Amino acid sequence: MNSEGFLLNLILWLPLFGGLVLLWMGGGREAERMAARRWSLGITVVTFLLSLVLFLGFEPTATGFQFVTDIDWLAGLKYKLGVDGISILFVLLTTGIMPLVILASWDVDKRVAQYLAAFLILETLMIGVFVSLDLFLFYLFFEAGLIPMFIIIGVWGGGRRVYASFKFFLYTLLGSILMLIAMLWMANHTGTTDIEALLDWRFPSEPFEVMGIEITAGAQTLLWFAFFASFAVKMPMWPVHTWLPDAHVEAPTAGSVVLAAILLKLGGYGFLRFNLPMFPVASDQLATFVFALSVIAIVYTSLVALMQEDMKKLIAYSSVAHMGFVTMGIFAANQQGVDGAIFQMISHGFISGALFLSVGVIYDRMHTREIAAYGGLVTRMPVYATVFLLFTMANVGLPGTSGFVGEFLTMMGAFKANTFIAFVAATGVILSAGYALWLYRRVVFGVVTNPALEKIEDMTTREIVTIAPLVVATLYFGIDASAMIDVFSPAVSDLLQNYHAAVGAPADLLIQPGGGAVVESAASGSGH
Amino acid sequence: MYYSLIVLLPLLGALIAGFGSRWTGERMAQIIPSAILVLVAIMSWAGLPGAIEADGEFIPWFRWMESGLLAVDWGIRLDTLTGVMLIVVTTVSAIVHVYSMGYMSHDPSKPRFFAYLSLFTFAMLMLVTANNFVQMFFGWEGVGLASYLLIGFWHHKDSANAASMKAFIVNRVGDFGFALGIFGVFAIFGSLDFDVVFEQIPGMVGATFSFLGYEMGVLNTIGFLLFVGAMGKSAQFFLHTWLPDAMEGPTPVSALIHAATMVTAGVFLVCRMSHLYEYAPAASTFITYIGATTALFAATVGLVQNDIKRIVAYSTCSQLGYMFFAAGVGAYEAAMFHLFTHAFFKALLFLGCGSVIHAMQDEQDIRRMGGLWNLIVPTYILMIVGTMALTGVPPFAGFFSKDMVIEVAHAAHSTAGTYAFALGILVAAMTAFYSWRLIFKVFHGPRNGEPQAYAHIHESPPVMLIPMAVLFLGSIIAGAVFYSMFVGDGAHDFWGHSIYHAKENYVLIEKYYEMHNVVHAAHYSPLWVKSMPFFAMLAGTMLAFYMYILHPGVADRARRANPGVYQFLLNKWYFDELYQTIFVRPAMALGNFFWKKGDGKTIDGAIDGLSMGIIPAVTSLYSRVQSGYMFHYALAMFVGVAALVSFAVMGG
Repeated sequence: MNSEGFLLNLILWLPLFGGLVLLWMGGGREAERMAARRWSLGITVVTFLLSLVLFLGFEPTATGFQFVTDIDWLAGLKYKLGVDGISILFVLLTTGIMPLVILASWDVDKRVAQYLAAFLILETLMIGVFVSLDLFLFYLFFEAGLIPMFIIIGVWGGGRRVYASFKFFLYTLLGSILMLIAMLWMANHTGTTDIEALLDWRFPSEPFEVMGIEITAGAQTLLWFAFFASFAVKMPMWPVHTWLPDAHVEAPTAGSVVLAAILLKLGGYGFLRFNLPMFPVASDQLATFVFALSVIAIVYTSLVALMQEDMKKLIAYSSVAHMGFVTMGIFAANQQGVDGAIFQMISHGFISGALFLSVGVIYDRMHTREIAAYGGLVTRMPVYATVFLLFTMANVGLPGTSGFVGEFLTMMGAFKANTFIAFVAATGVILSAGYALWLYRRVVFGVVTNPALEKIEDMTTREIVTIAPLVVATLYFGIDASAMIDVFSPAVSDLLQNYHAAVGAPADLLIQPGGGAVVESAASGSGH
Repeated sequence: MYYSLIVLLPLLGALIAGFGSRWTGERMAQIIPSAILVLVAIMSWAGLPGAIEADGEFIPWFRWMESGLLAVDWGIRLDTLTGVMLIVVTTVSAIVHVYSMGYMSHDPSKPRFFAYLSLFTFAMLMLVTANNFVQMFFGWEGVGLASYLLIGFWHHKDSANAASMKAFIVNRVGDFGFALGIFGVFAIFGSLDFDVVFEQIPGMVGATFSFLGYEMGVLNTIGFLLFVGAMGKSAQFFLHTWLPDAMEGPTPVSALIHAATMVTAGVFLVCRMSHLYEYAPAASTFITYIGATTALFAATVGLVQNDIKRIVAYSTCSQLGYMFFAAGVGAYEAAMFHLFTHAFFKALLFLGCGSVIHAMQDEQDIRRMGGLWNLIVPTYILMIVGTMALTGVPPFAGFFSKDMVIEVAHAAHSTAGTYAFALGILVAAMTAFYSWRLIFKVFHGPRNGEPQAYAHIHESPPVMLIPMAVLFLGSIIAGAVFYSMFVGDGAHDFWGHSIYHAKENYVLIEKYYEMHNVVHAAHYSPLWVKSMPFFAMLAGTMLAFYMYILHPGVADRARRANPGVYQFLLNKWYFDELYQTIFVRPAMALGNFFWKKGDGKTIDGAIDGLSMGIIPAVTSLYSRVQSGYMFHYALAMFVGVAALVSFAVMGG
């Protein structure tokens, strides 16, 4: 292991170490609880700073993986880690969100040490997903991440937490079983579990028949569906999205933030790491299928969001719609589509994280998420109204916020691949304005009618500090999107080159040339 | 640097007013943004020669995004169109800023108001200086945001909140088309920079592509989609419903955003895209029809409204229709000319309305006014001048521009042009009628309002009247002074390459007039064409005089004689009801159906059924989770998964 690889390992395992120490420390008395909070914040901040150091050493224009660790693990398995342009920003997103999550948990009093430890352990598992370069290592992190989240919802959640946590667990676990089988087949078929090697492997795509049904891209199709089953649930895509609103509603604020900002990105990352590069022929054939599910998600869940009476459910449904843009962009399989999808995922991390934090702010004061219980907050909480407005606008994709760039690029990519899909997706732009502004109007505008709101306090310094980094990120990347895109664009370009080498040139818009016109400009009113 | 400052200083003003009022104090939070705007307005006037000189030069700031071929830069495109728009936007904005210091003097949220005004100005300047479609879209949606915030400025009013939401969403419908147009431009031309796209347009004549399963003309499709955006922002027929409701905002906002600047963005877009529309005849024809229809529709509704601001709002909608049909027939210069003069007199009329409303303690219903003229003489005079400019009394500003617009429609010699010409004449009469109806009902006749409203009546302070005087001056002379530059002999040198005319288009007209484009053809219009708008205006004015001064009972009798027509017009052709029925309610019903039946019954039903067998087994596990050993349990599970995988691999 070289020194660079050591850094990545440190980033990966430091949170887990921090979490185990916390469990050992415990947190009975108030002093211990405060120590636990400070310890967690310290660990997550240090992890973030380390990942910034990693980022500074990262070379975006170099293709392939960097900071690689490659050692043999038990039973012929490899312990291989590394980052490339596609994964490094997800690592940064994870390490960057976690300190905010800890800050947002400051007022939790129930089993503080264990609660915070769950988040720290979860952080390691999530980072692990993004840096694993071995098939089974990836699977391990991917699945193990379920456990702390399951516990966070199940123990610290709301009234229907049992139902929600099991729904969450079953849904995602069932999806993963197929992926595990596919991985076993791949390992057996290729003789390696090294993701880097598998990325260069050409999996067979000769069609064959199973029980009279033709599998058009053969093994690739089956493998594609196996991975798809797992990632589609994580995304979540329509129609396997119904676990998300329930999980969000029951999860504590910090849990919702992690779920929306980071866990939802595992699916999209999986598509980019496995489905698109490893099974290009199947991806190409099934793109229309994914497009259809994506735009159904955009329209269907936007309409459902419109009718929600619970703030968290509304934002959860809006997340599903926004993830629809991601899947659409990925399978458009062109530069704008994939760039846009990655951008959209990171940006959605800021925006949805901030939106759930915003809900948390008023939930902590009123202990209800019911939209009808609010109204007129702007008179009592001007700072809150401003922050919530910014993220509402970012959520509807207003240019100048990061929410715009992702939607814009994915639709741009989709338009080239399929104008009809872009057309339907673009209606999401109208619908999102509908549900988001209506929510804002009902919660923030109007006059205070609920007497309980008369004495509600504006955001505290801690709450402002928690959300401020997300404000900065949302605005900064909204006007300097290049700063982010340039990190992953070369890796995406590389991925797409391989992809098109396998399936042929990109299906760009076909233009039938016409006669053209005599090119002779005549400016206004020349001569008499 | 100079022009960049023009664009960026208002943003600074917005930030100071919005976030700095705690330190600057409430008074400075109004003065600083206003002073900035006055400075910027002066800079814009002084900068016009430089802009004409630059003729398409690009001042880059920095890269916004780059993805494959797509590269978008922030920056400023400098040419005559930009220069003219800079003047319109900053001048009206400066005036409205200063005016608002008086108008909003009793409002508790002044800094917020000025922050929004300056933010709006910044977004609008970004729109008009854009050198690519994406920055234009930024400005486009940015002004939409500012408009949303300003319409809903009095957020304790439910009607204001409803109106602001409606404005944003209806505009989003337009933006949906605009966005698709942008996607189309990039997919076809491989760039979003104006110059790169414009250069390729002639080569695309006759080219087709597959859009939504149909083989469509490239240029007409893009032209149509972009125009859908313009229809939303400029409140054209079908997407106009938000503009009258936008009058819920404070009146200075109506003057700035919903009369002089933002709503003209659509017209600006079409003129900026002259390179495209010159080669997109079907799209241009569509623009002409929509513009003319809007002009008529809005004028008919304006005839019977009773809210002083809504009358002026419908008038704006109608005048925008004029601008569009002028652009539609290819007379972009005439459209810009009317945009320019309209900004002065319509802003003046709105600020005049504000002055009336202010004087009457927030009364807006003209049925509860009357006889005001000798109580607020300066306002009365300002309103009269604004009305004369709007209706086209020579030599006021509107006379020159409106007549030009109507004449070019005739000179186009196309079916659409003739349609627009005929409607233009008719609408000129209606404009005169509803404008004078407003004046007569507000300022003349009996005093119909509350006696105490009249008791406390007062003229507006100088801080409101002086800015109006600037507009007053503009309403009088803007037409005569700028005629030659915009549409006369100097037009060629003035517009440079910012407006484009295809050779093909003027060849057609050459047959008739041996002239080079529609604007010039218009100069050779027959006398009857030139004089028609004037006589139509005269007829409308006289009818209003007859009905509201000479025989005040006539209007009531006419209303009672035609209750169907009256209700139809009063209810704005029932558009709101129609949209409620075909869009809003179905969307909500569908949302409910998907939620309850789709997610609930179908999807969750299936999942729950599946897990019925599993749940009981795991709930016993769950109680152990609860018992405090969960981390031991979690750790065990973690190790278990690792072991399982290892075993599976070894076995496999």
